[in-house]
Amino acid sequence: MAGLATTLGSGAMTNSIEELGDAATILALGTNTTAAHPIVALRVKDAVVKGAKLIVANPKEIDLCRFADQFIQHKAGTDVALLMGMMRVIVDEGLHDQEFIAERTEDFELLRASLKGFDLETAERLTGVPREKIAEAARTYATNKPASIIYCMGITQHIHGTNNVMAVSNLALLTGSIGKPYTGVNPLRGQNNVQGACDMGALPNVYPGYRPVVDPGVRDAFETAWDCSLSPTPGLTHTEIFDLVGEGRITALYVIGENPILSEANAGKVKKDIEKAGFMVVQDLFMSETAQLADVVLPGASFAEKDGTFTNTERRIQRVRQAIDPVGDAKPDWWITAEIAKRLNAKGFDFTGPEEIMAEIAEVVPAYGGVTYARLEQVGLQWPCPSEDHPGTPILHVERFGTPTGKGRFMPLEHVPSAESPNEEYPLLLTTDRSLYHFHGTMTRRVYGLNILEGEELVKINPEDAVTYGIENGDVIRVASRRGEVEAKVLVTDTCPPGTVSMSFHFAEVPTNVLTCSELDPVAKTPATKVCAVRVESL
Amino acid sequence: MKKDTRSLLVCQGSMCISGKSRAIQEALEKKVAGTQMDGDVEVKLIGCHGFCQQGPLVIVEPEATCYTGVTVEDVDDIVQSDLRDGQVVERLLFHDPETGSPIASYHDIPFYGAQTKLLLRHCGLINPEDIDDYLGVGGYEALGSVLERPDGREVLAELKASQLRGRGGGGFPAWRKWEACLDADGDEKFVVCNADEGDPGAFMDRSILEGDPHAVLEGMSIAGFTVGARKGYIYVRAEYPLAVERLRVAIDQARRRGYLGSDILGSGFSFDVEVFLGAGAFVCGESTALTLSIEGKRGLPKAAPRPRTTEVGLFDKPTLLNNVKTFAFVPLILAQGGEWFARIGTEGSKGTATFALSGHVVNCGLIEVPMGITLRKIIYEIGGGVPEGKAFKAVQTGGPSGGCLPESFLDTPVDYDSLLQAGSMMGSGGMVVMNEDTCMVDVARYFLQFTERESCGQCVHCRLGTKQMLTILEEITRGEGKPGDVEFLVQIGEAVNAGSLCGLGQSAANPVLTTIRYFLDEYEAHIVEGRCPARSCKALISFQILPDKCIGCMLCAKACPVDAIAGERKSVHVIDQGKCIRCGMCEEACPSRYSAVERTSGSLAEGGEEA
Amino acid sequence: MRVHDLTIDGVAVSAPEGTTVLDAARKKGIYIPHLCDRPDLKPVGVCRMCTVEVEGKGLVISCKTPVRDGMVVRTESEGVSKVRQVALELLIADHDSDCLTCAKDTNCSLQRVARHVGVDSPRLARIRRERDRRPLDTSNPFFDFDPNRCILCGICVRTCDELQNINAIDYTFRGTKTLIAGFGNRPRIETNCESCGECVVRCPVGALVPKDSRQPSKLVRTICSFCGCGCGMLLGVRDGEIVSAAGDFKNPASRGRLCVKGRYGYRYVNSPERLTTPLVKRDGEFIPVGWDEALDLVAEKFSESMGDSFATIASAKCTNEENYVVQKFTRVVMGTNNIDHCARL
Repeated sequence: MAGLATTLGSGAMTNSIEELGDAATILALGTNTTAAHPIVALRVKDAVVKGAKLIVANPKEIDLCRFADQFIQHKAGTDVALLMGMMRVIVDEGLHDQEFIAERTEDFELLRASLKGFDLETAERLTGVPREKIAEAARTYATNKPASIIYCMGITQHIHGTNNVMAVSNLALLTGSIGKPYTGVNPLRGQNNVQGACDMGALPNVYPGYRPVVDPGVRDAFETAWDCSLSPTPGLTHTEIFDLVGEGRITALYVIGENPILSEANAGKVKKDIEKAGFMVVQDLFMSETAQLADVVLPGASFAEKDGTFTNTERRIQRVRQAIDPVGDAKPDWWITAEIAKRLNAKGFDFTGPEEIMAEIAEVVPAYGGVTYARLEQVGLQWPCPSEDHPGTPILHVERFGTPTGKGRFMPLEHVPSAESPNEEYPLLLTTDRSLYHFHGTMTRRVYGLNILEGEELVKINPEDAVTYGIENGDVIRVASRRGEVEAKVLVTDTCPPGTVSMSFHFAEVPTNVLTCSELDPVAKTPATKVCAVRVESL
Repeated sequence: MKKDTRSLLVCQGSMCISGKSRAIQEALEKKVAGTQMDGDVEVKLIGCHGFCQQGPLVIVEPEATCYTGVTVEDVDDIVQSDLRDGQVVERLLFHDPETGSPIASYHDIPFYGAQTKLLLRHCGLINPEDIDDYLGVGGYEALGSVLERPDGREVLAELKASQLRGRGGGGFPAWRKWEACLDADGDEKFVVCNADEGDPGAFMDRSILEGDPHAVLEGMSIAGFTVGARKGYIYVRAEYPLAVERLRVAIDQARRRGYLGSDILGSGFSFDVEVFLGAGAFVCGESTALTLSIEGKRGLPKAAPRPRTTEVGLFDKPTLLNNVKTFAFVPLILAQGGEWFARIGTEGSKGTATFALSGHVVNCGLIEVPMGITLRKIIYEIGGGVPEGKAFKAVQTGGPSGGCLPESFLDTPVDYDSLLQAGSMMGSGGMVVMNEDTCMVDVARYFLQFTERESCGQCVHCRLGTKQMLTILEEITRGEGKPGDVEFLVQIGEAVNAGSLCGLGQSAANPVLTTIRYFLDEYEAHIVEGRCPARSCKALISFQILPDKCIGCMLCAKACPVDAIAGERKSVHVIDQGKCIRCGMCEEACPSRYSAVERTSGSLAEGGEEA
Repeated sequence: MRVHDLTIDGVAVSAPEGTTVLDAARKKGIYIPHLCDRPDLKPVGVCRMCTVEVEGKGLVISCKTPVRDGMVVRTESEGVSKVRQVALELLIADHDSDCLTCAKDTNCSLQRVARHVGVDSPRLARIRRERDRRPLDTSNPFFDFDPNRCILCGICVRTCDELQNINAIDYTFRGTKTLIAGFGNRPRIETNCESCGECVVRCPVGALVPKDSRQPSKLVRTICSFCGCGCGMLLGVRDGEIVSAAGDFKNPASRGRLCVKGRYGYRYVNSPERLTTPLVKRDGEFIPVGWDEALDLVAEKFSESMGDSFATIASAKCTNEENYVVQKFTRVVMGTNNIDHCARL
């Protein structure tokens, strides 16, 4: 997100899900789309049926490969090398869109200079992908237009995740495949409302609408709007918060609908940190592993029990409607928070309901300026939608980018090795993924049928490695990293390349994230959960 | 009598092989080698000679001596008597059933006499496993001359002049199909040979593939050149191992001699053929199901309206799909000229037709006749009539989708249109003759059982309609028919024919509808009287021992598998009708001079049940 | 695009090139009975029910016949009814007859066709007999397949192939033994079926039905709560519980489609494990308390950690409004920017 904000001026999907169905080329990077975004995957398949070329780049042989024209199985954590190698081919062969570069972008020369370090030989050495395949993918993406890129956590959850994202935007800018229908740079957002939570400023460094807390003018505006005085200091991120909780410098913690003990990287440490919290309130649907450590647990209402809006990955603000009364004495989260605020004598929390809250959002977030519940009644709106007569924006950057200069910025990049490389003690790379049948786990594990379809964690390991470590399909093994260890059953499969094991993180019985690495990307502060070094032992 | 080179042709069609003709050939070779005649005598295998009823056959050429029912033990006689001493082995000759006199040359045997062998001209003459034999009779000359022309337009002209109609059964003019495929847009086209011969009792295609495989390959290559295809497939049933083997040998030889593969005969034209084995689903003989099957999918016919196979066929490319016989005709037509071909046959149906003649006929076998010949001539002249002096009842043509024609249709000329008009069809060439002992309801049931089992299961009419008709027919043959059943059968049958998705379903009811049309009295006898006029349906017949004829020999009692016959030696035997399973063993066991066991149906049978 | 003018049962109809007669009639509100046709799938013409008579061409199936200028179509004629009625009776005779206990009763395409076409009672009585019952496939945890109610229209097979590209099921065996099943007649749970339920939605009869399906008494249009696709859904409500979820065809992001989580995963909402009352931990035990007591305690404790000693972990599962309120709370009331959520996970 931080990467795209820098280069394009907005961190969201530039185009719409529906457009994917009419793309001529789709480059799917670090996304196991059929499992994590099944409905987006349907549009990708539509495109393939209509004749589109699909290029899948993924360290693992994912289901989407069945539909791919080209499958690039690069080493985990070498996305920059792969993308820069492709760009080098495009520039060397003159396939870049010179007119677009001249009119719509800046710093092309910086990129061109940094491409010097990415000749095909180097790219092949770093990624493990034959050079012809890199070149073929580059030519297809650059020439078979319109071309769209979709990517997901396989790109961002790295210590150099921001670099990866900027490499993606470099590629799109280089060929002019952005700001037009059926093209774009399209990060597929994970959670149902992760886009909206970001839009609303549930982030430490920005107010609603991505306006920096360090900007005094912005702060003034919000102080006026909210009739208060605001802290000029950016807050702490997720991972940093738990560090400080552990250090005793944060004494009260308010956790809403999250289960960091399971979902956070290096979860073992997170649990220890949380145990030191002076006072913790958890608002949730279930008595999660985190809630068990809380001082107060408040029952929240589920999505079916309240009104509101979600903003999906394509920036579409859509109405969530109450279908049933909250179970027992559960309450919507907005009501709970507002009640606490009122007990602390705060002003500006006398909301009668979500519609009124949305009216305030529309006042303070320009991109939501034209959003009203009345307009959302029939169909959702894609932001930016600045005024009541604005139809919404299916495609970003059509005329100018959101950067201060209005131009797309090329970023020179270098290959940075992953935070953790395998060594003798931890000879394998662990990467995490999602299953089609579960979301994080707190909810789906409570659906009987989904547990019939997939009821336990399976450590996926290549047959070669299985032989090396004397492991057979169905064995229960121990997976250990520098931070912790778990035990789980094995699935021997060649969808995992040699040297890599893969696990999901849906199962409390096998808390995969005790293994993962919480080292952060220096800009986006995303933990590097996609790559960590582990060893496996049969039991 | 001194001869230059004589050939001992050992028929190795599937039926003669089942009569151990391979061993006969080996024995002949050994014997000939041992008698120091091998310089003058060649022993070679040939494909089906046609007279399957009398196999295994050994033919001596050039005399055309035809030895029938040969066994390994007869080899010495043939070699020593005929080859060495010039004495025909009379006991192995075909004997005229009427006069009883032996006939030496097959040209003089009536079975061959009324035939016109065009398609089968090489079957029984050349060694199908030796390309030189084919080349020796002018093989691949047609291809050679076609390849010298700039394009296939002249081939089309000849084909048009020949008025050849596709031999798969539908009878669509071949040239129009070829022209449509030539005119279809597409950088890639295919030629497909349909050798998925699945009709019960039909073996024409198999015999051609076994006896003259190069003719099919040559026809396909010419087709490839004409329509612009570079790849051909032969879809042949896996149940035809010999045909597959000979095709593979032929393809291999043709490739090595440059008649298949890239740059054929230096012409720049490339064409190759792949044999694809079908897994035995009858429906895969339907063109769209066949192409799907080659694509590796489930063989399901596609519903009309749909693009023609010549436009959207195999792998969605323009495809020329013809039957084995159609392709095999092509080299002959190009060699002799289309107009020559068009002089044979009738106004609407040119050339010859091949039939697998079977059933209650003296001479079963593979035959080829000019179009327009009457059914009577085929059955009585070529087939030698109905054996054992039984009366003719019906002839069924067109396989399971064809119809049964009664005696009054015997003078119907055999061609596409006349048969269709009579309620049957040409089909791919099965012809089953039935005598008076055949129950026509049971015949309909038999064919329905086949179509019901082989229905692809897609469309409602064929999947469920055949099943319902079959069930009703089974009930009728069990004596459980109900008034109104004939009307229901007609209604369902007409709906199945009018409503089904593909050609197989659209003709599935034909055996029922034609038997009802021509043998309604038999249906009524079953339903109303509980009687099977042919005394064939087990549930409706009974066996009685006639007291005035029985001499008490005990033979029938010994033959009875269920001990239903009681009686002392020299006293009249009695059948316990409650125990009797109507197997007919007693009838067979009773010596014909007594004929004391009587098969009855109807009132007597009912009386029997009461007893 | 070229428009063709034709008449269907004497009614003038115009339709663009490529439209099928069946679609043209459907748009004009003329009902032609059909079972295997669906607008979102390619026509295959296996049910034969949509047979019509076209002047000069005879009987054709309207689902695959494109409109032509001047075409005169009759949906009723002696020939049509001969073919159609027998097909209907054949299907009924091969179908379970206990409509009253069928989940699709009153919402069944076969019933609708039967009402429209009618049957010849004596003939149907003659062909309707005891059938061998075929075993059900109940292996999937969310839906059952009953071959005794299946009419082999193939809609499920085509949905799995054309819409989902999964190809978990296909026709197997042939003739009357034909069955829709996984490869090699495997139960559905053993195939690569992803349990999206799109086949269940499209089954025109009661062959594929959700397990424990209760008819909802009202439908509420909302958005799925799992991933970022934001699929539109209609939640079925009955007696204060969610009993079904269906795709919302009006939603531009999902166009009516749902995955296994969206269609069946809502069941966590009515899980008995849901928290139903505020809980306060005393001596290591959670004690249920009223809202006032809980909120007073929270407010009191929070007031002791104002400023940067406070932090909020917000949720990407909550609504925009809730996230807005909680960030405002954190910033305005607690005086800190320490708020984050799982955006990066």
